[in-house]
Amino acid sequence: MDLIGLVSFNVLVGIGTLVLITVGLGVIYGMMKIINLAHGEFMMLGAYTTVISVTNGINIWLAMLVIAPLVVGIVGLIVERLLIRFLYGRMIDTMLATWGLSLALIGLMTTIFGNDVRGVPAPVGGFSIGNFGASGYGIVILIVAALTLVGLFCMLRYTRYGLIVRATMQNANMASALGVAPSRIYMSTFALGAALAGLAGGVLAPISGVSPVMGAAFIAKAFITVLGGGAAIITGTGLASMIFGFINEIVSFKSTPVLGEVALLAAAIVMIRILPQGITGRFFKRSI
Amino acid sequence: MVVMRLGRRTLLKGGSALAAGAVAMPFIARNGLAADAPIKVGSLLDLSGPIGLSGQSMIKTVQLAVDDINAAGGLLGRKVELINYDTQSNMQLYTQFAQQLALKDKVDVVQAGITSASREAIRPIFDRFKTLYFYNTQYEGGVCDRNTFCTGTTPAQTVSKIVPYAMKNWGKKAYIVAADYNYGQITSKWMTKYTQEAGGSIAAVDFFPLDVTNFSSAISKIQNAGPDVVLSALVGANHVGFYRQWAAADMKGKIPVASSVFGLSNELRTLDQATTEGIVTAYGYYESVNTPQNKTFIEAMSKRFGNDAEISELGSATYEGIMLWAAAVKKAGSVERMKVIEALESKLSIEGPSGTVTMDPATHHTIRNAYLAKAHDRKWDIIDTFPDAPPEDTAAVCDLIKAPNTNKQFVVDVKM
Repeated sequence: MDLIGLVSFNVLVGIGTLVLITVGLGVIYGMMKIINLAHGEFMMLGAYTTVISVTNGINIWLAMLVIAPLVVGIVGLIVERLLIRFLYGRMIDTMLATWGLSLALIGLMTTIFGNDVRGVPAPVGGFSIGNFGASGYGIVILIVAALTLVGLFCMLRYTRYGLIVRATMQNANMASALGVAPSRIYMSTFALGAALAGLAGGVLAPISGVSPVMGAAFIAKAFITVLGGGAAIITGTGLASMIFGFINEIVSFKSTPVLGEVALLAAAIVMIRILPQGITGRFFKRSI
Repeated sequence: MVVMRLGRRTLLKGGSALAAGAVAMPFIARNGLAADAPIKVGSLLDLSGPIGLSGQSMIKTVQLAVDDINAAGGLLGRKVELINYDTQSNMQLYTQFAQQLALKDKVDVVQAGITSASREAIRPIFDRFKTLYFYNTQYEGGVCDRNTFCTGTTPAQTVSKIVPYAMKNWGKKAYIVAADYNYGQITSKWMTKYTQEAGGSIAAVDFFPLDVTNFSSAISKIQNAGPDVVLSALVGANHVGFYRQWAAADMKGKIPVASSVFGLSNELRTLDQATTEGIVTAYGYYESVNTPQNKTFIEAMSKRFGNDAEISELGSATYEGIMLWAAAVKKAGSVERMKVIEALESKLSIEGPSGTVTMDPATHHTIRNAYLAKAHDRKWDIIDTFPDAPPEDTAAVCDLIKAPNTNKQFVVDVKM
């Protein structure tokens, strides 16, 4: 019974982690149809921001929940102005440009901070489920993931800015005719996506090895989840994270981590075959 | 090389004598000048790319060793010159630069290679071109080649010390987590063997690909199995996540962890103390080794390169590899390959930072001190010293005295 409790908790944390690493990519891909191959490196920047802030004596909660998304959001803003805005509507070119950007960011961080693996201590301890110890930090991940989804939903659904964003994504020309400047909206959306990646990196920093190449380990999973989710960012990302997170965690526990990854990929292939437009391409079409 | 392009007949027709003369000329000319020309030491290390962190720490001790030799008046009255190439974590560059060192630079010795894959790429090249070769990294053991000298530790010198300590102090039931490639696979077999020899049992062995970052299912499984100790051969930046998630789940106080690779990449300095505290490892060298040689070595290193990176066995074994070669050159009174090899095979011994290092003539591996240490307060506290630990694993399969023409890496068969 205790073991079921522990595994269920791990499944929930696995889903939360997947939501966190995916949602920033989902915002940029889902809304702007830009494939951001530097997503993993934005996460890496968030993790480094957290580590460096903490080593300089800043409170860890402030560092990972505020400073990391802020810094990476600003980086995203700069990248959009200098690079991405010239490439709207040219999907292959943006892939190439963001891939180059990811290499440049890895090189830059290696040059500045070296190839070392860094880390910050987790701010909360463990707790026990019956006889088993579980990571209290998992609860933090769950809460942050849930709040991110809820916050994003409220912003898109209930604010004027959200309405304008959705309108621009649906039909930029029409929105422009109604007095909206699409380039501003694109800029802020890209910065938002980058900030969410920074948040993910910051929150995962205490339980990962922080190094310049850490992004590569997350990017494939994030892409699979976004594609599996489909066009609706929040519902799609949420549902796909649940399916993939559940499969990965359960199979890893029952067999080996290798088979866990295999099962996740197999599930993704089957799903893309049945639902080429992702889950929200067929179900929940009107959701956000 | 031009000769090779001519047809066989042209050569037979009498070109051969002429060609041979032309080819031999530069040799004669160069040998005439060799008396005060510097002795050349070649180095191939990955200074950038994924393996770059290890290479960066090794090249520093290479430079220090060459400087130390020159400061003491050089070798045989000649200066020692370092020729080094960055192999950029790229196998193709290894073979390319190895040929360059052997054929173009004509170095007298090569100190090279980090991963086992890189060593096996360049070892045949140095055999073919008769260039003396030193490999200074800790590895899985088994290389048996008269032209090659391995100065790092092998599992019989390290894993054999970790496991009995764990069994004696923590309990008999072990759970092994290892990286899913040849290093982790082979090391996990050694861990299993030594556990069984110590009368312990293995709860399970789990392998993790190098890109795994989420260890929650692994940690649940370990808790469910309830071992007394976790033996880890996890490798690389992503796998550091295991130690961090282990600490985050409050497992640190409950089940101790011992590792065969943790700490070689400066982890104690860069990770937080909560993650590293209490982890037990065994290597051929720690900064805290208390000898006068080591004190001088550390002072010289921090004076020249600053104090931000901890020196590990990779650095000290590289330094000792060059010093062993230098001692052999002095003893042989020559840099000629066979003479140096014979000098090394005379049970040659030096006092290095890690203690006395002796070249074992039968295996071309080193008999060296092994140390067992525990991470405490971001430093390694040495808890036990094993003087003159022999390379038993390689010795079981390799005898270059009886069979000097052996040239292969034996996969040491771990009997369970």
